[in-house]
Amino acid sequence: MAPYLRPRTLAEALEALAGGGLRVAAGCTDLFPATRGPGLSGGILDITAIEGLRGIGESAAGWRIGATTSWAEIARAGLPPGFDGLRAAAREVGSVQVQTAGTVGGNLVNASPAADGAPCWLVLDAEVELASHRGTRRLAVADFLTGPRQTARAADELLTAIHVPRAAGAGQGAFLKLGARRYLVISIAMAAVRLDIQAGRVAHAALAVGACSATARRLPDAEAALRGRRADAGLADAITAGIVARALAPIDDHRAPAAYRTRAALTLLRRAVAGLCAERAVA
Amino acid sequence: MNRPETLATLRVNGAEVRVSSPPGRRLSEVLREELRLQGTKVGCDAGDCGACTVLLDGAPVCACLTPLAQALGRAITTVEGLSAEGLSRLQEAFLRHGAAQCGICTPGMLMAASAVLAVTPRPTRAEAEAALGGVLCRCTGYARILDAVCDVAPGPEPLRPVAGAAVGAAVERLDGRPKVTGAERFGADGAPVDALLVRAVRAPHAAARFAFGDLAGWAAARGVRVLTAADIQGENRFGVIPPFADQPALAEAETRFRGEAVALVVGEAATVAGLDLSAFPVVWHPGAPVTDPAGAAAARPIHAGRPGNLLTAGRVVTGGAAAALAASAHVVEGAVETGFVEHAYIEPEAGWAEIAPDGTLVIHACTQAPVMDRDDTARVLGLPPARVRIVPTAVGGGFGSKLDLSLQPLIGLAALATGRPCRMVYDRAESMMSTTKRHPARLTARIGCDAGGWLTGMEFDGLFDTGAYASWGPTVANRVPVHASGPYRMPAYRAETRAIHTNNPVAGAFRGFGVPQAAILQETLFDRLAEAAGLDPLDFRLRNALRDGDRSVCGQEMRGVGIAQCLTALAPRWRAARAEAAAFNAGSTVVKRGAGLASCWYGCGNTALPNPSTVRLGITREGRLWLHQGATDIGQGSNTVIAQLAADALGVALGDIGLIGPDTALTPDCGKTSASRQTVVTGKAAVLAGRALRAAILARANRGDDAALRFDGGRLVVRDGQGETVLDLGTLPEIAHGYVLLAEETYDPPTAPLDADGQGRPYAVYGYGAQLAEVEVDTELGTVRVIRITAAHDVGRVVNPTLAEGQVQGGIAQGLGLALMEEYLPGRTENLHDYLIPTTGDMPEIETILVEVPDPEGPMGAKGLGEHALIPTAPAILNAIAHATGARITRVPALPHRVLAAVRAAGRGP
Ligand SMILES: Cc1cc2nc3c(=O)[nH]c(=O)nc-3n(C[C@H](O)[C@H](O)[C@H](O)COP(=O)(O)OP(=O)(O)OC[C@H]3O[C@@H](n4cnc5c(N)ncnc54)[C@H](O)[C@@H]3O)c2cc1C
Ligand code: FES
Ligand code: FES
Repeated sequence: MAPYLRPRTLAEALEALAGGGLRVAAGCTDLFPATRGPGLSGGILDITAIEGLRGIGESAAGWRIGATTSWAEIARAGLPPGFDGLRAAAREVGSVQVQTAGTVGGNLVNASPAADGAPCWLVLDAEVELASHRGTRRLAVADFLTGPRQTARAADELLTAIHVPRAAGAGQGAFLKLGARRYLVISIAMAAVRLDIQAGRVAHAALAVGACSATARRLPDAEAALRGRRADAGLADAITAGIVARALAPIDDHRAPAAYRTRAALTLLRRAVAGLCAERAVA
Repeated sequence: MNRPETLATLRVNGAEVRVSSPPGRRLSEVLREELRLQGTKVGCDAGDCGACTVLLDGAPVCACLTPLAQALGRAITTVEGLSAEGLSRLQEAFLRHGAAQCGICTPGMLMAASAVLAVTPRPTRAEAEAALGGVLCRCTGYARILDAVCDVAPGPEPLRPVAGAAVGAAVERLDGRPKVTGAERFGADGAPVDALLVRAVRAPHAAARFAFGDLAGWAAARGVRVLTAADIQGENRFGVIPPFADQPALAEAETRFRGEAVALVVGEAATVAGLDLSAFPVVWHPGAPVTDPAGAAAARPIHAGRPGNLLTAGRVVTGGAAAALAASAHVVEGAVETGFVEHAYIEPEAGWAEIAPDGTLVIHACTQAPVMDRDDTARVLGLPPARVRIVPTAVGGGFGSKLDLSLQPLIGLAALATGRPCRMVYDRAESMMSTTKRHPARLTARIGCDAGGWLTGMEFDGLFDTGAYASWGPTVANRVPVHASGPYRMPAYRAETRAIHTNNPVAGAFRGFGVPQAAILQETLFDRLAEAAGLDPLDFRLRNALRDGDRSVCGQEMRGVGIAQCLTALAPRWRAARAEAAAFNAGSTVVKRGAGLASCWYGCGNTALPNPSTVRLGITREGRLWLHQGATDIGQGSNTVIAQLAADALGVALGDIGLIGPDTALTPDCGKTSASRQTVVTGKAAVLAGRALRAAILARANRGDDAALRFDGGRLVVRDGQGETVLDLGTLPEIAHGYVLLAEETYDPPTAPLDADGQGRPYAVYGYGAQLAEVEVDTELGTVRVIRITAAHDVGRVVNPTLAEGQVQGGIAQGLGLALMEEYLPGRTENLHDYLIPTTGDMPEIETILVEVPDPEGPMGAKGLGEHALIPTAPAILNAIAHATGARITRVPALPHRVLAAVRAAGRGP
């Protein structure tokens, strides 16, 4: 019978993974839907009993979010306003049940183009920490996600944590998701935004869109268009249809045609930006 | 580290239990199969339905997504753990509010609710919606579930109406308790532990020929049996309408749609459950499928003997429509297209079969039509009907699809072949692929009125994609032309329909049999016609509404017509909603509000065909009164409603009645639960049986019509103004079936056949309704939020207000899904995350107004309701979108991208 391993330490897990033939299991909210039948088949490395992989730590360098931290934990976490987009996304992933079990690491490794976490990590300049018996490396999330259901992870690597540098915690984050129903819905498009506004002007802007290209993408041209501008009601209009269309490569599917996705992305980005400006105005 | 050493013990509902399942097994499987805690339900195995929700250390998770290993050492709470001594307050609240209809979602709802209540004892509506957003319900529209969760404080004692007061009382459903405790047994529950498991091998192509390889070798290597069409002893052909029966239980050499079964694998559950069927020895030769109904007439025939792929055509003609339209002051013309809609009940098809000691094949399965199942299964298996017994399990939603056979002949075949009990549970993909759908429709119509806004005539053409097999295609083709006028006076009319075969999924019965599709076109055209005539949409409809004594498009003289009353009931909210929308829009550029109306009518029972029900009431020597109730309760409430009618007709308290059935060995035929017929047809049979039994009792006691009946142990006390007679039941001779007093009555609604022009008397009883939808459209994203629906339904006589409102709310939820999000695409939306149905957060506030215009034929004046409630919702929403934005939607579902395109086409986008 194929083994089901549930080690308590990272060292044991990495050693087991080095041997090959194992699938990593975290919250199983992506694994099980892809499984027909009564249980997970094949060799399994269940990483949820490894204490060090769960939870959020803070240091001078920034934040370290363990790979098996659940969406429910993210939603409840005491994180600065720069993470508000991530926390909003956490409450939009599937349902309460899925948020209880589903992990941030699983979401990234699963690498769905519609993963709600991805654009949020992008605007937080996040890096993934990958560990194997060979050692540990770090990779920007943008470099980690290489395509739909494809990552730069080697077979013997475990995603152990996600790091957010201190500077990226600055400002205020937002996340907007568009789906064809309220709960339990795969995004047609979603946008994550983080704006650092100083003295009424945009000191730093980070914008990303998901579900509108093979992987979620940052929009550097749109960010440049915002930088230095007054953070007022007119700011959002600096994000133009042309900039957004050039940055994305959406597909047609049964959820929406590509052209609609591009328009929706533009609208979501503008609304997220306008929302942050308005919030600031009342604050 | 290899195996967690605690693997053997699990903490469930406070008790330590030993388990031996492998660590990667789904917790739902461990609970249900190993621990036999079958209150936890499985609707999808993918996290999409939430039916399997349990608590792990108080937090809600989907048990189907939780490997056993992750549940070890944690406190697991299942629905069985909610009630200790009596029911919990939450469970009581569910009963009191009528929150459970079919009950299949109830355990998941209860668990998700108890998680939030533990943290937030008095949740707001929004908090409750968010907490329950991960559990789907297809029956209730969530309103009463949310009511219950927000009101768990103990409420008033349940109503216990005295004799004669049951009809009209909001009594709790009689079968409600097991639904809230988790004790209810659905198709997947309660099979014998040693039952063999049956799985089907299904076609991966829309059209293919196939040949088997070495079946015997494959089966022997795995220790299983393989059964194919060659093992079928009877006529391998079934269908709900016998003259059109065309569907094989297992395909022979050719498959006609994706998902059609070609073989069964039968064996010990442990072996069969995990088998990889992709390695099954079958070679497919895919052909070019016919997928476009419009081109099907010229395509290769899918069935021999059905040229042009035409299954049937329907037609109703009266007056001269073309001439009337030519002479009309205003004429509007339009087209609407709808797609396949999936029933998406939360309970996939499931059941088990066993051979009784006397040799009878007994099939326990979820169904809406036990007697039809018996006869068709017997024919396929080559048995006399008397050798097959259908014992319906509780049904976790049906909505029309569980009228057709699904697994009954398959498990029957397996049980006959092996001599062992055999069970089968469709997985979600299998259920969606292989069972029937709502017919996709391509509809065109022209409707006219005169300068005063009086309707002059209508032409209607409907092309229905009936898919690979006949199923209910003929019913749809015949029902639509009868109803496509809506409940209005239409002096000249020509409506023609065709049901066309394709290699698409089998289209069958789905709440409304094609009428909801037709209403989308007719009711949206009515708004345009009202506009052309310069009339308010409500006034236009009221002006043209059918009244008592008017003739329908079939020439039937109508009685008990309540549409005008329904429309009038909406008038106050209508005027307010239009004014509020205008005020809102004046101050809002991106988000626009609108209000729209639509009506419905629906004939109850079969179209101009017999559909009798027979009800038996008997009293035993011991003084027990039994109602043999053969109408399957699929959540709509017939167990309760039929009993209420019987109680009042007989003159006893509802609490005196015991329920038996349905079961083809124990209950007379009450026909199928479809066409909104059970309250009317079985209800009337129950009233007749109640009256007959009462007459027999009064005659024996020699008491007058006003006599009161009272059970007193083994005695029946009959008291009238003159005095009292005590019947000592123990001394009476048995008449039959163990009863000393007995009545059995049959009712078949009086209809008359339709002639070649569809003229006649298609139904004995109709129900009516009208709904008002208020929506908010985001004109930049094309998203639509339905804010509020006011629904006025004429049910003739309200038998049970709680159940009636539940039907309305549930119908609206399905209508909203049809309007905004539901479309089944074979091969692409065969699960509940790509096929979307409304969640808690998608439902508007619903106000239900029950109108009572008694029907002269219906039982105590009652009319049907089940299907009516869904019909006006989609067109009312589309009319509201048009009012808000000018966007005319002609293709449902109105997905955001379609709405946005229509808004921009109307020149109204920002
Ligand atoms: C009903 C439902 C609704 C959903 N809705 C959404 C939604 O709205 N938005 C959204 O983004 N997602 C959604 N999801 C997907 C899923 O819940 C998330 O992607 C979740 O975060 C996955 O995490 P997990 O721990 O459950 O992953 P798992 O299923 O445990 O793993 C996913 C994949 O990642 C691998 N893996 C997991 N952890 C690691 C690791 N640390 N190192 C290496 N490999 C690893 C696994 O081998 C597997 O291939 C939904 C899922 C369901 C069932
Ligand atoms: S069965 Fe688990 S969510 Fe549907
Ligand atoms: S009562 Fe919710 S699915 Fe039937």
